[in-house]
Amino acid sequence: MFLINCPYCGERDQSEFSSGGEAHIVRPKQPTELSDDQWAEYLFMRKNIKGVQFERWNHTHGCRKWFNVVRDTSNDIIHAVYKMGEKPPVK
Amino acid sequence: MKNKYSIFSLIKNAFSYHENWQRAWRDPEPKKEYDAIIIGGGGHGLATAYYLAKKHSMTNIAVVEKGWIGGGNTGRNTTIIRSNYLWDASAGLYDHALKLWEGLSQELNYNVMFSQRGVMNLAHNLQDVRDLKRRTHANRLNGIDAVWLNTDEVKKFCPIINTSPEIRYPVLGGTLQRRAGTARHDAVAWGYARGADAMGVDIIQNCEVKGIKRNGDSLEGIETTKGFIKAKKIGVVTAGHSSVIANMVDLKLPLESKPLQALVSEPVKPIIDTVVMSNAVHAYVSQSDKGELVIGAGTDAYVSYTQRGSHDVVEGTLKAILELYPIFSRMKMLRQWGGIVDICPDASPIISKTHIKGLYFNCGWGTGGFKATPGSGDLFAHTIANDEPHKLNADFNINRFISGDLVDEHGAAAVAH
Amino acid sequence: MSKNLRTTNNKFIDQTSRISFKFDGKKLYGFKGDTLASALLANNIHLVGRSFKYHRPRGIMTCGSEEPNAILQVGNDPSMTEPNTRATEIEIYEGLEASSQNCWPSVNFDLGAVNNFFSPLIPAAFYYKTFMWPANFWKLYEYFIRKSAGLGKSPTEPDKDIYDQRYLHCDVLIVGGGISGIMAAKTAAKNNLNTVLIDDKNTLGGTTIFQENECYKINNLYSNKWLKKEIETLKSFKNLTIKTRTSLAAYHNYNYLLARENLTDHLDLNEKKDKIRQRLWKIRSKKVIIATGAMERPLIFNNNDRPGIILSSSIKKYIDYYGVKCGQKVSLFTNNDSAYETAISLNNSGVTVNSIVDIRDKTNSLIVKEVDKLGIKIHWKSSVVNTNGYKKINSIEIMKLSDDGAAVVGKKIKVECDCLGISGGWTPRVHLFTQSGGKLKFRIEDNVFLPDKSKLDQISIGSCNGDFELDEVIKNSVYLTNKFLEINNNDYENLEIISSKEINKKNIWLLPSDKPLGKTKPFLDFQNDSTANDIKLALREGFKSIEHVKRYTTTGMATDQGKLSNMHALGIIAETAGVKMGELGTTTFRPPYTPLTFGAIVGRNVGKFFDITRKTPMHDWHVENKAKFENVGQWKRAWYYPKDNENMYEAVQRESKAARDSSGILDASTLGKIDIQGSDASEFLNRVYTNAWSKLEIGKCRYGLMLNEDGMVYDDGVTTRLSENHYLMTTTTGGAANVLSKLEDYLQTEWPELDVYLTSVTDHYGTVSICGPNSKKILSKVIPDLVLSDEEFPHMSFKNALIDNIKCRVMRISFTGELSYEINIQSSYVKSVWEKCIDAGKEFDITPYGTETMHLLRAEKGFIITGQDTDGTMTPVDLQMDWIISKKKYDFIGKRSLYRSDTIREDRKQLVGLLTEDPKEILEEGAQIVAETNKKPIEMIGHVTSSYFSPNLNKSIALAVVKNGKKLKGQKMFVPMKDKTINVTITDTVFLDKENKRLNA
Repeated sequence: MFLINCPYCGERDQSEFSSGGEAHIVRPKQPTELSDDQWAEYLFMRKNIKGVQFERWNHTHGCRKWFNVVRDTSNDIIHAVYKMGEKPPVK
Repeated sequence: MKNKYSIFSLIKNAFSYHENWQRAWRDPEPKKEYDAIIIGGGGHGLATAYYLAKKHSMTNIAVVEKGWIGGGNTGRNTTIIRSNYLWDASAGLYDHALKLWEGLSQELNYNVMFSQRGVMNLAHNLQDVRDLKRRTHANRLNGIDAVWLNTDEVKKFCPIINTSPEIRYPVLGGTLQRRAGTARHDAVAWGYARGADAMGVDIIQNCEVKGIKRNGDSLEGIETTKGFIKAKKIGVVTAGHSSVIANMVDLKLPLESKPLQALVSEPVKPIIDTVVMSNAVHAYVSQSDKGELVIGAGTDAYVSYTQRGSHDVVEGTLKAILELYPIFSRMKMLRQWGGIVDICPDASPIISKTHIKGLYFNCGWGTGGFKATPGSGDLFAHTIANDEPHKLNADFNINRFISGDLVDEHGAAAVAH
Repeated sequence: MSKNLRTTNNKFIDQTSRISFKFDGKKLYGFKGDTLASALLANNIHLVGRSFKYHRPRGIMTCGSEEPNAILQVGNDPSMTEPNTRATEIEIYEGLEASSQNCWPSVNFDLGAVNNFFSPLIPAAFYYKTFMWPANFWKLYEYFIRKSAGLGKSPTEPDKDIYDQRYLHCDVLIVGGGISGIMAAKTAAKNNLNTVLIDDKNTLGGTTIFQENECYKINNLYSNKWLKKEIETLKSFKNLTIKTRTSLAAYHNYNYLLARENLTDHLDLNEKKDKIRQRLWKIRSKKVIIATGAMERPLIFNNNDRPGIILSSSIKKYIDYYGVKCGQKVSLFTNNDSAYETAISLNNSGVTVNSIVDIRDKTNSLIVKEVDKLGIKIHWKSSVVNTNGYKKINSIEIMKLSDDGAAVVGKKIKVECDCLGISGGWTPRVHLFTQSGGKLKFRIEDNVFLPDKSKLDQISIGSCNGDFELDEVIKNSVYLTNKFLEINNNDYENLEIISSKEINKKNIWLLPSDKPLGKTKPFLDFQNDSTANDIKLALREGFKSIEHVKRYTTTGMATDQGKLSNMHALGIIAETAGVKMGELGTTTFRPPYTPLTFGAIVGRNVGKFFDITRKTPMHDWHVENKAKFENVGQWKRAWYYPKDNENMYEAVQRESKAARDSSGILDASTLGKIDIQGSDASEFLNRVYTNAWSKLEIGKCRYGLMLNEDGMVYDDGVTTRLSENHYLMTTTTGGAANVLSKLEDYLQTEWPELDVYLTSVTDHYGTVSICGPNSKKILSKVIPDLVLSDEEFPHMSFKNALIDNIKCRVMRISFTGELSYEINIQSSYVKSVWEKCIDAGKEFDITPYGTETMHLLRAEKGFIITGQDTDGTMTPVDLQMDWIISKKKYDFIGKRSLYRSDTIREDRKQLVGLLTEDPKEILEEGAQIVAETNKKPIEMIGHVTSSYFSPNLNKSIALAVVKNGKKLKGQKMFVPMKDKTINVTITDTVFLDKENKRLNA
């Protein structure tokens, strides 16, 4: 069980948070303009990276804020945490 | 088959102190080229190779495995086998597998210990009852032997379950599939490996795939830690690592890989003679032939390739176990471990061609792939050999995520009024 | 008690307080401080169990958690008995009853021992090769296999003990209270760090605390005396917590550790009651120091498993710590110096050591010289090739080793003994280190795996880090601790240490015998009965990976998890396969370190604490009025209110009729309520619901359907516009939390530009729903000031009102199709409003109804229940609710998914009504629907989602989803049940009051 440094509350146990999956998959502004393929790409297709992944987490049992986490999925080490809308750190 | 196994061969070999047993499979160096390569030496991959050789006469093939065969989810799962699925497509797929299980020990001349001790799914709220009855009716009409049991019948079938109406989520009934049960996980991998090897399939262990070489839209072969191997057809059966392989050819799959945990207790004399699953309180348990209680925990809800999940999940599972079986409170957890499961959004697998010619994926089995092993291998072999799916896996193509024809096996959505 | 097996050693055992206990029904005595193992040995009982497969007699072999043989059933009470308990870890208490396992009729005479005779037929993994004929006989074979497998017996009644859990946060956690752990703890505590020291034994000091030997001295004191003083000084530190009888179970990522503290297991039977039995500590430590020591290895030779064969260091502990002689005439067999310490200890206590068999060439270390002085016969460069004695060892056979160690040569010498101490060197306990994700390195000179790299803030010190000699342990532990804690502690700088140094090292994993290997039984895994032969068989059959060998032979998979066997298995594999051990790698050490009680893992979360129970503000009223309850998520909802002897059907018929004929009252407090405020609230609702919201007038209510992004119905409910920028959304009971999370997600991540704030108010307000033709009259009695005319207060609108000066919101909305009002009021007032309504409704025979009646009433009207009539695969179009999809809106959640090639198909499953040919026949919910009964395979075109007998229509009605159902209206279909087929007709979904006249009745 890892620790996540919530940018609003500080370091807390992972069990207080829930994962929102891969980050920076922006919901298309004009979904109706997309082909079925493109829509499926947004909806379902994921890189599911083994290694450093940018992902969304929510402090469900805390401030309920969403934010981003850079985590290595091969060892659960967290490299960075940043707020929604902030620029992601360079790898 | 070389070195047929039986009680007679055991007696014969006893006289020579078991020093004359042959190898169960060879340990070959990879050839320069194969007609097809299966990436992933788990149960599904080895079964695929077995049926490619057996039913489609493709013997110039290889299975490449990063570690040791059967070392992934095959060797880490809780070995439940059942076919009481809701949708026709799933019922067809899993019952095909179940039928193969029923003759597998003899087919492979390897005792996979398929034990049809029944699998019971419990209902704990009214929507559970509706959903399970719906499934039972569908199963019956699909020729699958599921029956509905009321609470008393549940108690009778498995007396140690706490069916008191006083518990937090009382047991309101359940479905039972008697043909369902468990098997010995390692034996499945080893049995298929031995069978495939005997037909000439090269099983190459400690051989990690580093890249897939393409020429335009067709395949040339794979780069591995044991060098480049040519092949025009590649079947990927790497479970939790499916996306890792897919990313090598810039293919995105509708998968997330998550930790799934399981645990066993210390071995005790027979105390539970069936498999009991409960989705609502999340506990499932069976007892192995060795006497250990085999308990499946849930998945963590985040992507991880660490093969370890959080302790909370284990605690939550045991909480549910003690709710249903308060007699197990003094039992002790002997071992706990994790695997990496690849989960599709509709909780159904993918056994499919891809847009790259000659590249096939068999993945997305999530938490329940073991039960499908023989069927999955058979149908994937068919798909690879014919470059088109068998009718039993036609619905499990990747395109369903584009067209919207999902095979949603989450069961009914959350209870709500 | 055989007095002659006790010395008068009183240091750790209180020989003045005698304790009685029972083993296999026989009453025996021990002393306070004894373990069950030491007490049994003092009573000259070695044979305590039978092995798993061959049922060979087995005796106590160790003195700790690595014990493979002395695995006992403790207690007879069906609720309190505990299987597979290690005698070496149980402290005896008055009333203890233990018995041997896996033997019948008794451990002394076990019929299962016939397996030993058949052992040539049942080598490793034999079961994969047989039991396949005839095919259907596996069930029978398996029955007998299962019966003979397993060790102890599970309790058969619920545990009466309580378990507990606590969190612990600290700067430094030290695992292991041996000499290095104690020095580390003192160092950390002295530097004001919040320090915790845990040890699984009842006293601190590890093995040094009973090391009283001329060869091991610190500052001119025996090492034990010096350490005792150190332990004394620990008491002065307030920032140091010491927990004994606390065993570290698991070491997870991010320095998260679990430790089990035993609180009552050592207490007398009558003292245990009503106390917490075990406590699981969930520890988060900034830094972790592992000081778990090392364990002695056995030696692998023919018949090395007889009772009386004990690890040499354990014999030493039994004599020096417990004052128990494991034998009167002891032989020792070793490959290293540590057995010589045992020889000295035994000799000091007056036990004859008649020979030491050492595989090494002669060596001259300090301690060997000491032993030499005592005149004990040492057989250099020799090996034990066999042992004799069925239930207890009585002699050993010794031969000289060849120069290369691969064979034995010369004459066989037989030496009589009643105990054989064996020592194969030491294995650092690196289990916790590897559990935490650390990588190991291999040290060739003494064949040990040592901690190498770790990503966590931790170190290993002492013998678990490969330091086996007193001076090295102290020097390196001090250095490493100081460096790790970034402090400079000089306390241990100038210690004068005397320590015997081992000069010669030699190791043979599988000792040669004068017989061919196939005829010998050199055991590796004592509990699972796997031998060196089994390992070789696995390798011969092509199982090369260590994990394959382990699984094929089951080596290391017993309840001791291979603590004693893993190294030898690796060694033999490496030797046989010609691979270097360091390259072979190890198997994974999986948590827990020692088996962990389910009860402790679960703690208090059992019984009524299994899950939260959410109750509505008028729950007590429901209870008083005999309601039956339904679990809906965590909520308890009134299901129906049986009168007299009514069953559910009768009660629901009565309630349903009353609600339509006069008035009914429902507790709707569990529905999710989300308060939505902000200048963009309307736009937000536009995006999350399928229909349009901008034009909803203030004071009006609207029903909304929410989809998933994949176009499937997710939730529904009525939302009310309270003011320009203020809405109150209701959700389903079960969906409330998920809906809020989902909305927050979109708001914070996709649409941060929207000025919207969401607050869950589900628990803040309760809801009383009254319906039926008389509901208006009742409401006017409860709130006389409220104008209830259809013009002033039409359907789908809301009013603020006061009840006894308390503000409330009244919505005129209906889920039953009747004229209906919902009063929302602050939770603390709900019960009184409910009772007020009941009072006011008395003259109209107001009838409380539960969820079942609610379901029936809404089904009569064809209203869906998400989760019951939908299952995550239904679009609004499938529900025949096309009207709710706004054509004007550019986008909403899930919109795009509705236009995929398979979601726009006309022949999808669609919601329809069903009527049975026989109006009395009630369909079963979940039953399948077919168009043709003769077709094979039978094609299911849909299923029944809701089904009731309607007392208002006097016939059975049902909702169903049917393939292409929209077009099949009026068609006859079949519902094939197990014993009959029911004829049905597809109808419209609305059965009652199609014109909605009743809403304004």
